Amino acid sequence: MLTDILQLFVAGLATGGIYALAAIGFTLLWQTSQTINFAQGEFVMLPAFFVLIGMGFFGLPFWAAALIGVAVSIVTLGLMFKKLMVDPMLNHGVLPLVIATIGLAILMKEAVREFYGADAWPFPPLVAATNVTVFGAALAVQSLAVLGISVAAVTILQLFLNKTRTGRCMQATAQNPTVARLLGVPVERMILYTFLINAALVALASLLITPIYLAKFTNGELLGLYAFIAAIIGGFNQVRGAIVGGLVLGVIDNFTAVYISTQYRLVIPLLFLIVVILFRPQGLLGRVEERTV
Amino acid sequence: MTRRRTVAVGIALGVSSSFLLVAPFLFKPYGIFILSTWAVMTVAAIGLNLTLGYAGQVSLAQAAFVGIGAYITAFLTTNGWSFWPICALAGVACFVIGWGLGYPALRLQHHYLAFVTLAFNTLVYLVFRNEEWLTGGIYGISNVPRPSLAGWSMNGAHAFYYFCLAVLALVASAIWWLIRSPWGRAFVALRENPIRAQSLGVDTRRYTLMAFALGAGLGGIAGALYAPLVQFIDPTPFALGLSLNLLLMVVVGGSGYFFGPFLGAIIAVLLPEWLRFAQGYYLMGYAVLVILLMVFCPTGLLGLADRLLTSTAKAAPVAAPEVS
Repeated sequence: MLTDILQLFVAGLATGGIYALAAIGFTLLWQTSQTINFAQGEFVMLPAFFVLIGMGFFGLPFWAAALIGVAVSIVTLGLMFKKLMVDPMLNHGVLPLVIATIGLAILMKEAVREFYGADAWPFPPLVAATNVTVFGAALAVQSLAVLGISVAAVTILQLFLNKTRTGRCMQATAQNPTVARLLGVPVERMILYTFLINAALVALASLLITPIYLAKFTNGELLGLYAFIAAIIGGFNQVRGAIVGGLVLGVIDNFTAVYISTQYRLVIPLLFLIVVILFRPQGLLGRVEERTV
Repeated sequence: MTRRRTVAVGIALGVSSSFLLVAPFLFKPYGIFILSTWAVMTVAAIGLNLTLGYAGQVSLAQAAFVGIGAYITAFLTTNGWSFWPICALAGVACFVIGWGLGYPALRLQHHYLAFVTLAFNTLVYLVFRNEEWLTGGIYGISNVPRPSLAGWSMNGAHAFYYFCLAVLALVASAIWWLIRSPWGRAFVALRENPIRAQSLGVDTRRYTLMAFALGAGLGGIAGALYAPLVQFIDPTPFALGLSLNLLLMVVVGGSGYFFGPFLGAIIAVLLPEWLRFAQGYYLMGYAVLVILLMVFCPTGLLGLADRLLTSTAKAAPVAAPEVS
């Protein structure tokens, strides 16, 4: 009984770590450029296909294809997404950009289906699928590795944001772009950095989750929803919040599936989302955003 | 409104309504079915246009309301109820549910209605799929009967098509009247500048909520038409995808324009059928169209037409934008 709970908890933390990676990027984009990215799930779906193309069409070994896949993701999902879609729409307000990202999600999904196929493709795991026994519980090495990598990525990101000059400039941009600009922060470049970081995070999430779910063009639908929920329950305007939101969500999700109902697996996270929005709209860790007239 | 614009709208309206009236004689039954679907989806999109175009709120639950309306209709008509009270019931039920959903969410401005409705749509879909005793689960409800009007059966494809068209005309006239009433003016005021509207004494929260609930109610009515149209209801059509699709319809046509949903539904419902050979490429093209429109003309195709008409009519005074 207790070992079951431990197993579920670790597996939950592992998937939660992946949700957190996607959710952090989501909140970063919102903070610095008021972009609500409805294509975030598809952003996680796509890099796996870059890797598969690298391995299948160019015959590269996995590690080389993975590196190139991440690089391609940073250019397309980071640089090009910002320059070609977000920048031209900055003056239109939030809504057109929301609609455009919904369009982008459809485009990415259909393009993968059309040009790569509608099947679920196997994807090489980062570590072997074996178990280790801790306190009598059989824990998947894969879960532990996924958890370790996400924690490491998040720690590096936090150190970067808090300890380096560039990171602090990015935070200043997020908190108050006008004052940041007056103080000489190159606001434009900082915003670009958040888009590149988001692209790197979703590419990493893609490498971690695709071995578990297989590579399929519809993967983004559920992942996007989870990233969304994680970001909101943690606090839409907080990187820390997205981490906590992701981990909490992963654990709740796994326990619901086993102890309540697999059919209603999604219901608890969704109800949790609604409750948080109603009673604590700034999120579990968020602060209240002041609105300007 | 400039004269040029009035003329353009008049011609387009005349041509399209005469086309709609003679259309059943030009198409095979499947074509008539698609046109009927267009009419039903336009009703749902008109509702969403009220929420999005006039009150400026993103709702991602319109498919859920269409689904609730459809399931109420399918469940009760197969249990022997007559269609007309059910149609009203579907509309009222969705209005009430919309009110209950929007009331807490709209306390908080920003984009929380979008998130709450997103969650709601997914929840409703799961209930449709899993509560077999009520909805038939994945097997759905089949043999939904079509209504009859004063002893005149609407079983045939032609008759039901004209019925859908009549409901569409009725809904459209009601909304035409609504947006010219003080309520409609208040809707536009709070979209254009909510803070100013509030300082002029418009209860913004109540009007936003009203626009959202009315939109939901129209979704329910669209559902009440959809069930007898397809005569078989299962959960799949009412997933989040339809909500996104309806949202894109409104935006592509031109949100906040009276005729926006009509045009948007043509592009989203009719064109894919006529361009079937293009398959997935059609959807990709559609997605690219959405993105390009948002970049260059966020007011949609009608906004684009409006812009072209006003820019060519140099002598005419500047048109009051986005009233019709």
